[in-house]
Amino acid sequence: MSDSQDLSAFEPVIGLEVHIQLNTRSKAYSADPAGYGERPNSMVGPISLGHPGTLPVVNRAVVESAIRLGLACGCTLRERNEYARKNYFYADLPKGYQITQHTTPICTGGSIGLGAKHGGKRIALTRIHMEEDAGKSLHDLDPFHTLVDLNRAGVPLLEMVSEPEFTSGEEAYAYLTEVRRLVRYLDISDGNMEEGSLRCDVNISVRPKGQSAFGTKVEVKNLNSFRHVQKAIEYEFERQVTLIQSGGAVQQQTRTWDSVQGMTQVLRSKEEAHDYRYFPEPDLPPVYVGPGWIEQVRTQMPALPEARIERYTVDWGLSPYDASVLVEDKAMADYFEHLVALHNRPKACANVLNTQIRAYLNQNGVELSEYPVVPERLAALLECIESGSLSHSAAFQKILPLMESGQTAHPLSIAEAEGLLQDRDEDRLRPIVLEVLEAYPAKVEEYLGGKKGLLGLFMGEVMKRSGGKADPQLSSRLVQEALEAQRKS
Amino acid sequence: MRIEKEDVEKLAHLARLEFTGAELDAMVNDFDKMLGFVQRIQTLDLEGIEPLVYLNEEGQPLREDRPSEPMEPAEALRNSENSDGGYFRVPRVL
Repeated sequence: MSDSQDLSAFEPVIGLEVHIQLNTRSKAYSADPAGYGERPNSMVGPISLGHPGTLPVVNRAVVESAIRLGLACGCTLRERNEYARKNYFYADLPKGYQITQHTTPICTGGSIGLGAKHGGKRIALTRIHMEEDAGKSLHDLDPFHTLVDLNRAGVPLLEMVSEPEFTSGEEAYAYLTEVRRLVRYLDISDGNMEEGSLRCDVNISVRPKGQSAFGTKVEVKNLNSFRHVQKAIEYEFERQVTLIQSGGAVQQQTRTWDSVQGMTQVLRSKEEAHDYRYFPEPDLPPVYVGPGWIEQVRTQMPALPEARIERYTVDWGLSPYDASVLVEDKAMADYFEHLVALHNRPKACANVLNTQIRAYLNQNGVELSEYPVVPERLAALLECIESGSLSHSAAFQKILPLMESGQTAHPLSIAEAEGLLQDRDEDRLRPIVLEVLEAYPAKVEEYLGGKKGLLGLFMGEVMKRSGGKADPQLSSRLVQEALEAQRKS
Repeated sequence: MRIEKEDVEKLAHLARLEFTGAELDAMVNDFDKMLGFVQRIQTLDLEGIEPLVYLNEEGQPLREDRPSEPMEPAEALRNSENSDGGYFRVPRVL
């Protein structure tokens, strides 16, 4: 493709449509169970199957999930919600229409922040609306037929549409990362793109820099990872600019991402575009979302990632990096806050979580919920370091692994049993200090002559002769006191 | 407004239906009658009258998120002419 100098005269205009599959127990408009990975056609009933004579009823949890997401994104929530039929024929859509919201989306406005790496840029949202998923078509199991599983038919979705405010694939990646984190914090979806819980379509056009009119828009579908979204945007930008520069024109198309070849390919042209013939869903009267309901949901909202980063950095003095790593996973952030409540040293708490505990989780391939040491016991260990009873290295290299392997005694008792308690008995340490100074008279002279760096040597000797148990802070003070005493004598 | 053959053909395609020549003529005729009926209604003076979409403006009662017992897959597939390994089997789509 063309080199970057050619591309620099153009800018992409990008908008994203994200489908969020909700984690409700039952479906959007029926009590059929919603689940993933079950036997084909084992999570269905007359409504999922689109049998005649059945009537849909809206699942309260779907509306509540939409309210949660709307509040989290700062959207305006609509009181009177109407549903519409979106009509199209496809084997995995048994009713022949999808029940969705057309002219009255539950959420309008609001925004998603891209984080500090993107200068705090926010992407405005156009709308979020409630709808239902279709079933699954399998085209590669049978050479002459398509196989259809309707377990997913009727599973609730929220569709989140952004304004065309992205200017790069990286921004799209950051946006999706934030959306995933948000839906997990809100506990409305598992946010797993590979399993299809998050699906993303990209709308992208290009225009010469400085031009306000939009170019012709292309939609890219079939993007099943954040990385694919970023790559598809980069590919399309180059393709469209190259096309224009070679005298061609961008066609209005729906394209699909071919991850094997790393390119987009035409799925359908404008002429083949769908004609959905929306009309009001006669089977569902409007759903009213009153201020009382919204307030009730608001009081149950968890603290969100952005607010937590603010608190960790401003109130607790963590670095933006440490804070952002902690809030990546809600369970980690919750554990961290629990720990700080018990041991009010946020930096020390953040360090142990981001270093020792993360290492344990990675090595054992487990989630934090399976971590064997509860915050109360970890706080007790940190307390031992803080008070000087345990050295940093003894605590993390010896005691913590024992606690992780199931020892339930107090860290101090474990340390005692293992002979790892720090010696803070001045009467026992002072003779060792004097012994060390006597062993190195020449070095003592050098130190007194101004070579302060020799303190480390004396300390090392004290540690060695105490069997590694001497409290470093106390020993350091004793060594310096003894040296100064020699200067005076 | 008159309905044309092309309009009916487009609608038929969207509904995945096929009509022979005579059937198509009959459909054009039927659609024409329906549109004529609507056109008569449109001659009424409806100034200031809100369109009626729902007969019930009370709002709908919501269902709690409790799953019911699903059908047995065999039961779900019972009305299907063609199934395989628990799946509905349909003419190849792609």
